Amino acid sequence: MNPPSQPVPPSQPAPPSHPVPQSQSSQPSSQVLIDIYRRMSLIKQNDERFLSTIKAGKIVAPYYSPRGQEAIPSAVSVCLSDEDYICTIYRGFHDMLAKGMPIKLLWAEVAGRATGTCKGKGGPMHITHPATGIMVTTGIVGSSMPIANGLALATQIRGEKRVTVAYFGDGASNIGAFHEALNMAAVWKLPVVFVCQNNGYGEHTRYEVATSAAHVADRAAAYRIPGVTVDGNDPLAVYAAAKQAVERARAGQGPTLLEATTFRFNGHVFGDADAYMRKGEKAAAMAHDPVPKYRAWLIERQIADEGTLAGIEARIGADIDAAVEFALGSPAPDLAELHLDVFGPAGGFSGEVRV
Amino acid sequence: MSADAAAAQPKPLNTIQAVNRALDEALGLDPNVILLGEDIGDAEDGGVVGVTKGLSSRHGTARVRTTPISEQAIIGAAIGASIVGMRPVAEIMLMNFTTVAMDMIVNHAAKLRFMSGGQTHVPITIRTMTGAGFGTGGQHADYLEAWFAHTAGIKVVAPSSPADAYGLLLSCIFDDDPCLFIENMPSYWTPGPAPQPGVRIPLGKAHVLRAGSDVTLVSYSRTVSDCTAVAGKLALEGVSAEVIDLRTVAPFDLETILDSVAKTGRAVIVHEAVTPFGVGAEIASRINEELFGQLHARVERVGANFSPVPFAKPLESAHVPTLARIESAVRATLKQRRK
Repeated sequence: MNPPSQPVPPSQPAPPSHPVPQSQSSQPSSQVLIDIYRRMSLIKQNDERFLSTIKAGKIVAPYYSPRGQEAIPSAVSVCLSDEDYICTIYRGFHDMLAKGMPIKLLWAEVAGRATGTCKGKGGPMHITHPATGIMVTTGIVGSSMPIANGLALATQIRGEKRVTVAYFGDGASNIGAFHEALNMAAVWKLPVVFVCQNNGYGEHTRYEVATSAAHVADRAAAYRIPGVTVDGNDPLAVYAAAKQAVERARAGQGPTLLEATTFRFNGHVFGDADAYMRKGEKAAAMAHDPVPKYRAWLIERQIADEGTLAGIEARIGADIDAAVEFALGSPAPDLAELHLDVFGPAGGFSGEVRV
Repeated sequence: MSADAAAAQPKPLNTIQAVNRALDEALGLDPNVILLGEDIGDAEDGGVVGVTKGLSSRHGTARVRTTPISEQAIIGAAIGASIVGMRPVAEIMLMNFTTVAMDMIVNHAAKLRFMSGGQTHVPITIRTMTGAGFGTGGQHADYLEAWFAHTAGIKVVAPSSPADAYGLLLSCIFDDDPCLFIENMPSYWTPGPAPQPGVRIPLGKAHVLRAGSDVTLVSYSRTVSDCTAVAGKLALEGVSAEVIDLRTVAPFDLETILDSVAKTGRAVIVHEAVTPFGVGAEIASRINEELFGQLHARVERVGANFSPVPFAKPLESAHVPTLARIESAVRATLKQRRK
């Protein structure tokens, strides 16, 4: 894999079937390029700290690591604002952090504390933070897309300019909901960007064992919407494609299916022994870790110097330190929470069953 | 009645007209109300039985949207829009088709409020029709309300008359929780008294349709009218039967049931759904928990036979609770006297 340049041809699993048309405005400023790195570094450091904290037994939670996929939501999110919505999935910690999820609220939720963003009632697979546009996190493969359509439908009916991003994996492209959602979004020209993070495996099953299409993006043709495959480890390629898709959605021209190829460094779920993977596959991917690679490129191109990036990393490290301390020092939810938020305030009927 | 008074009386209407009126008023009241469903637009005849006729013409096809035959996408779109403040009414043509959208209904609509710690909620209404009687066989007529009642976070509402359909549907649309609204198809065309315009019937409150002192009949949806028919017949023999229409199946109005059964000492629960693991089992259990020792007879349940809904008319007619089976269950409670 070559160092990222503008643009970089996708390196895996195959060249794009639909090349990304380059618009003049797709060249990001230095500020944007550094902002993408800040988000990538945050995701990487946060992942490392989640893993060490879980391994140390300080937090007990199912953890689906997004490590290796940092570039995708980082480059997508610089095209979005807090006003824009995302729906993501159980692996989507990178999607949330890139979108602006407050780290303390995330950590407290994963730790199951009352101070978590969902009061400890959702957990790592159901992180929600509407203030930054993180509307739904689902633990069900394929379910982010139909709900993203609804967010976009509200935007369209109200005449707003928000864009909704639905994140999902390659495995989800084989679920019926994917096809229902893409068809509906296409028919109604909904302002959605469907971002498929193709990490080569659906749970433990290789992409080609489970998927008939050479590229997930090929499926866009069936719905007559743009389908683009880019190297998801190349922030510039993702940025160029995402910018175009977001602009298209915002202009009322309808959805795009954006497939970003990548690899997950920590298997399906924490504790996964990766026995189903090809020998050397993971090591090869990790040798091309997109985060240090992009960092080196920024320095080489003199977009940022070592001191600037080290400073960014140190601030992130301090923020994570504070988040861990906040989370582990927070109380567990009160048991009264068992009965709250099942129904709204008007739902406490006399006949309600309380266990 | 004078000619003037007769003219002032609102005309009776059927459930199709009552639901149409409620939807029309809700669309007029609040720009956040939208309708999603297969064939619901006027270009598609306003629904397979015309429930939504006229609505897309009056309120626009942006808000009254004919959808693809994509139940997951319909409910998903309703959920997403509701999270940001809309009040979508999603029509799933037949209750059996909710099975195609169970992930969206059970894993998402019902749970997002809880899982988000109350940051989001899902004020959607899912309208669906069902009921045996049309010879539609095993996949178009089931009453599946127990599945949804068994899921924390979703309300299940099942009107028994046109006026109730109107008032309860308005309450569902403007309720902040997901509501499953079950309409009985075979009784769609049965006229009933007109509802009071704009008056919403509260959710979670049962309706005592007929007061009585010997036995309590609890029901909802189509079988309510069967219960009142049986109560009327037994009254000729001097039996005083109280008939409770639950209106809201979940969460149900336990207080009204207990008040009644504490008085009568006898209860018969009637629904068109199959009996095993049904709503009747839950109600019987709650009566047992609260009134053990005060009952004169064991609680009886009358539901459909435990099989798919059959096609052949004699089988279909025998499958659902018949007046004879309801009457026989009531008589069984009257024979017993445990005090």
